[in-house]
Amino acid sequence: MTEAVEHTGADGQEPSRRDFIYIATGGALAVGGAFTIWPFIDQMNPAADTLALASTEVNIAELEEGQEITVIYRERPHFVRRRTAAEVEAARGVNIASLPDRDARNFNLGDGAPATDENRSAMTAAVAEGVEIEDALRASLLVTSANCTHLGCVPTEGAGDYGAWFCPCHGSHYDTSGRIRRGPAPENLSVPVMTFTSASVLRLG
Amino acid sequence: MSGPSTYEPKTGFTKWLDARLPVVRLGWDSFVDFPTPRNLNYWYTFGGILTVCLMIQIITGIVLAMHYVPHIDHAFASVQRIDRDVNYGWLVRSIHAVGASMFFLAVYMHIFRGLYYGSYKAPRELLWILGVVIYLLMMAAAFLGYVLPWGQMSYWGAMVITNLLGAFPIVGGPITEWLWGGFSVGNATLNRFFSLHYLIPFLIAGVVGLHVWALHVPGNNNPTGIEVKSNRDTLPFHPYYTSKDGFAIVLFMVIFAFFVFYWPDALGHSDNFIPADPLVTPALIVPEWYLLPFYAILRAVPDKLGGVLLMFGAIGILFVLPWLDTSKVRSMRYRPLARWFFGFFVLACLGLGWAGAELPDTPVPGLGAIGVDFLLMGRVLTVYYFAYFLVILPILGFVEKPSERPASIEESVLGSSSKSAPAAVPAE
Ligand code: HEM
Ligand code: FES
Repeated sequence: MTEAVEHTGADGQEPSRRDFIYIATGGALAVGGAFTIWPFIDQMNPAADTLALASTEVNIAELEEGQEITVIYRERPHFVRRRTAAEVEAARGVNIASLPDRDARNFNLGDGAPATDENRSAMTAAVAEGVEIEDALRASLLVTSANCTHLGCVPTEGAGDYGAWFCPCHGSHYDTSGRIRRGPAPENLSVPVMTFTSASVLRLG
Repeated sequence: MSGPSTYEPKTGFTKWLDARLPVVRLGWDSFVDFPTPRNLNYWYTFGGILTVCLMIQIITGIVLAMHYVPHIDHAFASVQRIDRDVNYGWLVRSIHAVGASMFFLAVYMHIFRGLYYGSYKAPRELLWILGVVIYLLMMAAAFLGYVLPWGQMSYWGAMVITNLLGAFPIVGGPITEWLWGGFSVGNATLNRFFSLHYLIPFLIAGVVGLHVWALHVPGNNNPTGIEVKSNRDTLPFHPYYTSKDGFAIVLFMVIFAFFVFYWPDALGHSDNFIPADPLVTPALIVPEWYLLPFYAILRAVPDKLGGVLLMFGAIGILFVLPWLDTSKVRSMRYRPLARWFFGFFVLACLGLGWAGAELPDTPVPGLGAIGVDFLLMGRVLTVYYFAYFLVILPILGFVEKPSERPASIEESVLGSSSKSAPAAVPAE
């Protein structure tokens, strides 16, 4: 205590008690400020109930060959398409090296998987225990996000250079595997995590 | 310019007040006795018009907020209810929606005025920069406001614009989800956009205060670009400019009222009469007319990130303009070359707006035969837009020979004979 008082001398060389209080206050304000700001930033991130909107169940039993439905999963529209044999064949015949985006963009596989049609179709979906499901059906099912990877518009079905999806907003063409082929969109339409929970139900998420 | 205060409180109350809170003195010195160049033309009335526009948006906005419901299930219906059921709701909403367009019309006049008369040059750089800040905030407010009625254009406009942020590597994804408060544009997004739409106009009001403060230190520029030299160059703000501004405001209000009463939807988009549908995108997504030039610049670049950067760059460049223009002469009245390039610049901005409204691969009428589509037109005009600031203005300062300027503001108005005719000087 006495020591500190001595240091308030006017020589201006030694740190005084005032300097200490000044620095300590500044430090507390900076650190405290950072801790206070974070909650005000983080409150804007998706809330717990939004995050809990985890899954959507799709009844695939009534889906005819060549038919497509759009479902909402995690607030976003998704295409669920049971492709014709010709569409699957066309998708499989593509040389991966020629694609603008060679990543499968499939959440069932993780990064780096090549964008083959097998890696994009419901072949990659998990199958719940005891559920029997034909390979041909799994291979024909394609589930992708319905938001164009450019700026988020919903592409039109059965249009564009590849007879699959065409985004009218700025002209992106996707093929029958939901892969970007031409236009400003940078990535393939992403494939959500999915599980066959029964022979007729595909769960997204 | 901002000389000593001339305010003299006369009554007991104003003396008492002046000794405690000299607010009347501030108002007097700023808007009554403020010495203002005597040659300001009608291009100089847009500042006053803009102030009125801001007040109109705030007052009508507060009224709308009493009836509007910021929820995806109710927003569209609540706006329809304002239009149909709320007493005079149709009027208030129409004023607010048309008011946004009138606000931008006025701000564009104001900005082009500044560009032509060199009002951004020293010592008014900060005044100009504060103006650009206001313009940015206005764009944010208008974008957020347009989302609120939750029609198809509201929804898909919000989708496309928020997705722009996704272009930034690594941080893009998390930032967009943070902005949405979910996995897509949804209820959380609408709710926060309402909150921010309410906030921003008050921020604008604050920056307007700084803008006027920064104006009153060096004083107004004027059509000659010559600084005020004596008090014979100026007139007191009141009654000369209160009446001139007032007259212009009334004319502006006539145009405003024409749209409000006879053509309220002219500047909107028919798709916004369809409630937002996340499953269906309208065939052509376009922003409001006042943002179209930037939309054209965005689309001029084939790369997503490049387009976003160029679009923000188009506004960012305005911040450094005071240091890009190398000419010592302020007003383009005396810059025979610069005024041509300026004219083309105005045309380029209009052309960009047109390009932004059309599909990129549509041929331009009249030029389609030689293979010019709106994408190409947008690209050429984008190059000119940037060249004007980055090449033309910096070089012109060195190569252009300015024409002869009058010796003073007084001389420009009254001719050089005025020196021998003191009677022409109004009593001050
Ligand atoms: C800078 C000032 C402002 C601008 C440029 C602006 C712009 C806009 C625009 C473009 C719309 C959409 C109009 C439509 O198509 O219906 C809108 C809607 C709305 N604004 Fe503002 N606004 C401003 C200030 C305010 C303020 C201060 C408030 C609240 C206090 C407010 C509250 C609202 C509400 C509740 C709506 C939704 C109802 C509607 O769509 O008519 N605004 N605003
Ligand atoms: S949003 Fe699909 S091409 Fe732009």
